[in-house]
Amino acid sequence: MSNLIPFVDYLVLGDHPHLVANECTACGARFFDRRNACAGCSGTEFHKVDVATEGEITSFTVVTFAAPGVPVPFVSAIVDCAGTSVRSNIIHVEPTPDDVSLGMKVALATYSLGLDENGVEAIGFGFQPA
Amino acid sequence: MSDDVWILGIYMTKFGKYPDRDTVDLAAEAVLAALKDGGVSMKDMGVLAAGCLMGGGGIAQQIQKQIGQTGIPAYNVSNACATGATALKTAIMTVKSGEADFGLAVGVEKLAGAGLLGGAGKSAKAGSTWTPQGRYGEVMDTEGRVGTSGMPGTFAQIGMEYLHTYGSTSFDVFARISEKNHSHSTLNPLAAYTKAMSLDEIKNDIMIAYPNTRPMCSANCDGAAAAVVVSDAKLKTLSLEQQRRAIKVSASVLTTDPYEEACQVLPNVNTLTRNAAKIAYERAGIGPEDLDLVELHDCFATAELVHYDNLMLCEEGGAVEFFESGATWRTGTTPVNVSGGLESKGHPIAATGIANIWEICHHLRGEAGPRQIEGAKVGLAHVIGLGSACGIHVLERSGL
Repeated sequence: MSNLIPFVDYLVLGDHPHLVANECTACGARFFDRRNACAGCSGTEFHKVDVATEGEITSFTVVTFAAPGVPVPFVSAIVDCAGTSVRSNIIHVEPTPDDVSLGMKVALATYSLGLDENGVEAIGFGFQPA
Repeated sequence: MSDDVWILGIYMTKFGKYPDRDTVDLAAEAVLAALKDGGVSMKDMGVLAAGCLMGGGGIAQQIQKQIGQTGIPAYNVSNACATGATALKTAIMTVKSGEADFGLAVGVEKLAGAGLLGGAGKSAKAGSTWTPQGRYGEVMDTEGRVGTSGMPGTFAQIGMEYLHTYGSTSFDVFARISEKNHSHSTLNPLAAYTKAMSLDEIKNDIMIAYPNTRPMCSANCDGAAAAVVVSDAKLKTLSLEQQRRAIKVSASVLTTDPYEEACQVLPNVNTLTRNAAKIAYERAGIGPEDLDLVELHDCFATAELVHYDNLMLCEEGGAVEFFESGATWRTGTTPVNVSGGLESKGHPIAATGIANIWEICHHLRGEAGPRQIEGAKVGLAHVIGLGSACGIHVLERSGL
């Protein structure tokens, strides 16, 4: 495991890859970034919670034109994972509006983003059709 | 006498490409013309608020150095695409507070040829060593790898989310909204683009982020707009002609996005607009059914649809049917973006939140020529700055 690194620090690798959120202890609001306090209630206590790895697409787009260095085309979507919304690419589909649909059931999957000079492999996540 | 504030003079430059003029040139043109339109001068102004989002800062003082260093307080305003509306509100608040009789607001931008804005992020170079950075601990740029935070994709998702929420499959509606706005701009000589586009032309143009093709995205261009505001008491000392042409600011509202689930995953441009609209209608004492015209923030065709609902121009969930009824064409019951909107008139960011006020004032004064909405008495101007800020102004003609 030591030669793998998650693409973002809210991705947990291992036998059952999943996302973790910082959940506000006071109001239950969930965030994926490092927090100073809660945007919902200004509470400052958080704990880590696992986010469901299956969900439903509530919105998507196929980005076909982007800044240099951004790999296009790709499908960007909002996935409702049992009440927690996640922004993600939809992977393992043709990136066209015909192959993705609103309400589609999807599940988290991981993929390699390559090795650095020390041989460490970065692992990204996406959602694929369930 | 009341604590009402009025727009006394207002102006927008033609939107387009000005390779030989800088932002101060464009802002100066707008300010000097707005002052002339109001029959006043820089010496009368008690406050200046100015915005140029992509500029380096200090635009207010740069403008003063070209057209009048009178020593008044100046605010350099930056609030994403709501910058112009925020500058105007700053001038209005100062006059309302009694600190000044006259206030001046200006927004200017040079964006011609700027390409995509936002979401470019850091370079995505595969580093020599993966090193987590930023608040998400990412080891490389997240754009295109964790969805998109670029403007076209974000607003595409906002429109698609609306269809999903209300179970619509009318994906064509967005292109037809764009067809309307490009048609409207043919009557606006100040628009950056004045060519009508057929539905097929729009749908078959370059796809940027499904369902938004290029003509469904706001047009980057150069431009400036400026407004002079005056207190009710001071206006009553001015000429009858100035009083007749003055436009009452019946509401000037600014909101930000309150926390909701998902709002930090996909920006929620709905709730803050709905909140601003509710406050604006209450302050103005009017309802959406009273509006003779609306200029709303169609930064993408997908955005226009959701704002029909957010501004309560239609029943909740009924934006698609509302558009399909023809209501928002210039011949409809609630004409929306008769200027051509951001998709065709153009979107020089900081100028937009004053240029939309200019459009409304032009109609309320009965000075809009061939595109005049006959008998217009009340209008609403709306902008959204992603991040987010919403500015709404409700405007009424004087009745004199």
